[in-house]
Amino acid sequence: MIPELSSRPRLAVGCRLNERNQPSRVLHMPERALRLNGPSLEIIERCDGTRTVQQIIAELQKLYSKAEPKKVEEDILGYLGRLHDQRALDFTPAELDRSAEAK
Amino acid sequence: MTPAAPTPLALIAELTHRCPLHCVYCSNPLELSHRADELTTEVWSRVFREAAEAGVLQVDFTGGEPLARPDILELVRAARATGLYVNLITSGVPLDEARLDQLVEAGLDHIQLSFQGSTEDLASEISGTKSHAQKLRVLDWLKRRRVAVTLNFVIHRRNIDQIEEMLALGESSSAGRIEFANVQYYGWAFANRENLLPTREQLDRSVEILKRAEERLRGKMKIEFVVPDYYAKYPKACMGGWGQKLMLIAPNGDALPCHAAQIIPGLRFDNLKDRSLREIWEKSEVFQKFRGEEWMPEPCRSCDRRTRDFGGCRCQAFLLTGDAAMTDPVCSLAPLRTIVDDILAAVNGPTAEKLVKPDWIYRPNPA
Repeated sequence: MIPELSSRPRLAVGCRLNERNQPSRVLHMPERALRLNGPSLEIIERCDGTRTVQQIIAELQKLYSKAEPKKVEEDILGYLGRLHDQRALDFTPAELDRSAEAK
Repeated sequence: MTPAAPTPLALIAELTHRCPLHCVYCSNPLELSHRADELTTEVWSRVFREAAEAGVLQVDFTGGEPLARPDILELVRAARATGLYVNLITSGVPLDEARLDQLVEAGLDHIQLSFQGSTEDLASEISGTKSHAQKLRVLDWLKRRRVAVTLNFVIHRRNIDQIEEMLALGESSSAGRIEFANVQYYGWAFANRENLLPTREQLDRSVEILKRAEERLRGKMKIEFVVPDYYAKYPKACMGGWGQKLMLIAPNGDALPCHAAQIIPGLRFDNLKDRSLREIWEKSEVFQKFRGEEWMPEPCRSCDRRTRDFGGCRCQAFLLTGDAAMTDPVCSLAPLRTIVDDILAAVNGPTAEKLVKPDWIYRPNPA
């Protein structure tokens, strides 16, 4: 799946980052854990349900300003898509967001 | 020279062997622990801290029925406080809605609810109790709670033809995962093996159904499928290798490399009451015995797959050949593969009875 730029990713039920004070950071998921390095941790920490995919890409492009921006975007979309397929992320669509605000 | 110990990743905490179910394939040993010998809340809490410090990421609360422990909420809190990911594997029988809320509140991350079939009749036959309707209620309660859910089906000849109905049950629930784990033949399952092993035809059909379901449900529900290794070409990397990733703690505190290791003669298990988790993991004779490659016979020793499957399962090697240090006979390269071929021939032969209700050997409840 390729995430919509306007959708807002957040960790799915049963998925959480381990504590900050632990030596290596992992994303816990039911029956598995994903070790996170620099960029993957930066991405996951931003999947908080408030940022859109577009915003996460922009923030990472700023953070990794030496990298090719297009490549950063592709890598993030691929990574978020894979995490969705593994049921680690839920995406709130933009339309749903607006209807929630209207209430 | 003894091989260096890798970092343990998961702790399997068999809190008790007491259980309301009597499943004919139970993974508990034939000799069950008694209630009076069970570890206290304090010792378990210390073990969770030591596990997290040693690098363990996840604890699986299992049994028996882990909810039979009156201190289960304290244990969930204690484990979660150390940062461990807390997983509960349960029959659901002792649950009500209030208890479920308390467990989620205490920090439970993931609940695995076991089912014995898709119909009440078969579930009762396999578990020797009537619990299917209660499990359906629990599944319904789980829809309204923020906790990850997996449905666990143990698969065998009697229920393998219900896989489509099991999938439908999963899809009607809030489960994000569904496990179809074929019976592994140890303990009670070994005693009931001739009535549990599916036929090759059944197995092939189930693989087809699950492949299609996996495709259809991608991103909605994860499907895990464990084949019966008697039908596999190569052995499973049992527990990710002996002493490589997992430690199992029996209700009495004995530290084991897997569910079945008690059957291997001559092993003396260290106990968490006496020694720390790290000391046992790194230094105990039992954990070092089949760790690494030193112990391997041929053809494992020179096999390219030895770092992937570690020569297969030591308990299976012992159960089938009488020697725990043999190549796992399910391997197509094993000198004694004929043992497994003969078992399969009996199951798939023209005289094999398939539909008669067998004389099951049920697992009892310990005192």
